[in-house]
Amino acid sequence: MDSATSETRTPLGASADNGLKIVVVGGFGAGKTTMVRSVSEIRPLNTEETMTQAGETVDDISEVRGKTSTTVAFDFGRITLDARNVLYLFGAPGQERFWFLWDRLFSGTLGAVVLVDTRRIDDSWYAIDRLEKHGTPFIVACNDFGGPAFTPQQIREALDLDPHVPLVTCDARSRESSKLVLITLVEHIQNLYAAPTRIPRQELV
Amino acid sequence: MSRPGRDDSPDRLYTLTGGRSRSGPDNPFDLVTLVVAECDPVPGMQSEHVAILRMTDRPTAVVEIAAELGLPVSIVRILLADLLAAGRVSARHPRTAAVPDPDILEQVLVGLRNL
Ligand SMILES: Nc1nc2c(ncn2[C@@H]2O[C@H](COP(=O)(O)OP(=O)(O)OP(=O)(O)O)[C@@H](O)[C@H]2O)c(=O)[nH]1
Ligand SMILES: [Mg+2]
Repeated sequence: MDSATSETRTPLGASADNGLKIVVVGGFGAGKTTMVRSVSEIRPLNTEETMTQAGETVDDISEVRGKTSTTVAFDFGRITLDARNVLYLFGAPGQERFWFLWDRLFSGTLGAVVLVDTRRIDDSWYAIDRLEKHGTPFIVACNDFGGPAFTPQQIREALDLDPHVPLVTCDARSRESSKLVLITLVEHIQNLYAAPTRIPRQELV
Repeated sequence: MSRPGRDDSPDRLYTLTGGRSRSGPDNPFDLVTLVVAECDPVPGMQSEHVAILRMTDRPTAVVEIAAELGLPVSIVRILLADLLAAGRVSARHPRTAAVPDPDILEQVLVGLRNL
């Protein structure tokens, strides 16, 4: 595969004017980067942001030099939806020490996919806690690594999942499967906002 | 491409941005703000500014610029704030609200289904 040099960049159309975000979260090695790669129209790119320990993006370059900042690396892919809308899919870092920075880093996200490796279900507890606390709409997608087969009910119980949160199985390596996961998420977001009583309040952090 | 930023010593980043501090709350650039060049590079321009103007010949997200330049997003935000202040780029910010626009959600769904 070509590397993302200037020669191989695929530019957006001239009329693109609205960037949207969806974030893929989950435990270490759950398949986040794989899912981003499966649906992205560009080779996934990697970049990093410098955040303060309080979860602010640095507002003073001296903080980059100091010890108070943390560097968070993440990968992302891109999906051109139509002439104006372009969706960026972010693979959040799996390492636990970065998790407190997610909501800040990806503020304004439409919603999140929580990828679960059913061999290590408890790896996703923290992610789900964070999303619930922040009021970010999410769905849970179980990536099939050939572990023991659990019933959806068993997984829901293990995750203590709110009954209205969709739970699907997927293969992050498959474009079609990953696409369906994203569609499920966006339909869920539509339903949430269509039913006013369920509107999750975005907490200010 | 190596992992961006790894070999960027803080001092190099300090030099790139003139030590200024404009990546904070008043910096308008979101990760997915689409940046568009409003002019061609001119001689004597800082090389990162030249690279950004070339790259943003077509709309390009802040995060793509950062990945392409191999610089942390915070540094790219500062560079972009300078270019914006000088009128050399324009910015198309995401139309996100606390509650997403139903029309946009529908457009996202249609786009995904058509993939
Ligand atoms: N069997 C199987 N393997 C998968 C699947 N998805 C990903 N993998 C593999 O699992 C490994 C980890 O996947 P990654 O996509 O790198 O996981 P990640 O969540 O990005 O990992 P970190 O960023 O390190 O937290 C890779 O070797 C993938 O090929 C899947 O659906 N089934
Ligand atoms: Mg990864």
